[in-house]
Amino acid sequence: MQPDGLIAELQNKNPKAFERIYERYSESLFGVIYTIVRDQRIAEEVLQDSFIKIWDNAEAYNSSKGRFFTWALNIARNTAIDKTRSKAFKNSKKNLTADFFVDILEDKSSFSNRVDAIGIKKYIKALKPYCEQIIELLYFKGFTQAETAKELDTPLGTIKIRSRNCIQSLRDILVK
Amino acid sequence: MNIQEYISSGVLELYICGALTEEESKEVSTELKKYPEIEKEVEQIENSLLQLSSAVAPYDPVKMYAIIKNKLHLEDNPKTIPIHRKKKKSNIVLYLGWAASIALLIGLFSVLNDRNQLRENLNVVNAQKAQMEQQIDDANASAEKKEELLSIFRDKNILTVPLEGQKVAPEAYAAVHWDKATNKVYIDAKNLPTPPEDKEYQVWSLTLEPLTPTSIGMLSSFTEDENKIFMLDNTNSSQAFGITLEPKGGSKTPTMEQLYTLGMVKNS
Repeated sequence: MQPDGLIAELQNKNPKAFERIYERYSESLFGVIYTIVRDQRIAEEVLQDSFIKIWDNAEAYNSSKGRFFTWALNIARNTAIDKTRSKAFKNSKKNLTADFFVDILEDKSSFSNRVDAIGIKKYIKALKPYCEQIIELLYFKGFTQAETAKELDTPLGTIKIRSRNCIQSLRDILVK
Repeated sequence: MNIQEYISSGVLELYICGALTEEESKEVSTELKKYPEIEKEVEQIENSLLQLSSAVAPYDPVKMYAIIKNKLHLEDNPKTIPIHRKKKKSNIVLYLGWAASIALLIGLFSVLNDRNQLRENLNVVNAQKAQMEQQIDDANASAEKKEELLSIFRDKNILTVPLEGQKVAPEAYAAVHWDKATNKVYIDAKNLPTPPEDKEYQVWSLTLEPLTPTSIGMLSSFTEDENKIFMLDNTNSSQAFGITLEPKGGSKTPTMEQLYTLGMVKNS
């Protein structure tokens, strides 16, 4: 369930609710931010900034526009992308190495308790090459459907079907 | 509205990723409030994505909360009012009372801690159990498939054509098991090298004099297929079979320089 009560409490500026929201979403957002900035220290900074924005702007979230997670995800991705555009970042990161979230996962050996590590590793192994790109762009990089279609030179409808298939196979492995 | 169709259209995945236009997002939000099935689907997609990106995180940032809390000057508790005691009472009973309550508190905390630890362990064990069940399922499915293949190969009406390695890959070997009654061929490709990512093997039926190749199909998802046995349809009156390496999707005519294996059908 989307924790509607908790979100309402957050909008009432209840610090306890904020802490619970942080516990629920911070690791995921940290992961998304890290795929964008590729630097642990900078990712930490961006995560803090993102949650400060979430606290400050919580009233702006409205469930008729979308999911709370999507709203928070947008804040995190935008904050991270802004960071990569700053001069200091560009100077320090002339050559970013790994390209996809898949590369990070392939290299990673330890996961927190919340992650079904065996499942994730299995998923990465079986992942179709087009899924790597689609999930990377749509989820981790925040491309819109139209932008993704253009970037991959693929029809809009195909993007929709493929993103369904790619996420479906993730669910098949994780939710058993 | 057909809910099943709506769910399988892929719009919900885009919705959670934030890839829809504002207008489209609003529409989905409305549908989701109307139909619990859609909401459930959305929850599941969201949970799987939450886990996927958690897996990418360098570590669980739970401790960082304290820093954020400090930056925002948040406090959980209303300010405690200091209590002034009137005078020092050095009373043995009082000390004993304090000591007892502290001991009790420590005890309570450790019980609470143990309980949380146990609950966490239980979650981990449950996840592992689900994982193992999945592995058993996979193993059973794979065993069934092997059984089925064996029964096919033991059928006496099947014609087996060995395909020997050619110039580009002399060590390669494959076999075609041709069931003329059902017009099916089973290609055993266990001894073909793994193709590069942008290439796939294509199987050709050949008739001689004049030499005419006809494609009968691709060995798609070669790497993922564990048994490396591929079933294809063949309605040709083939005199020979060949396998070439072609760009993904296949070619109209075989690239002879990339001919991996070739074998003639023996007329009996």
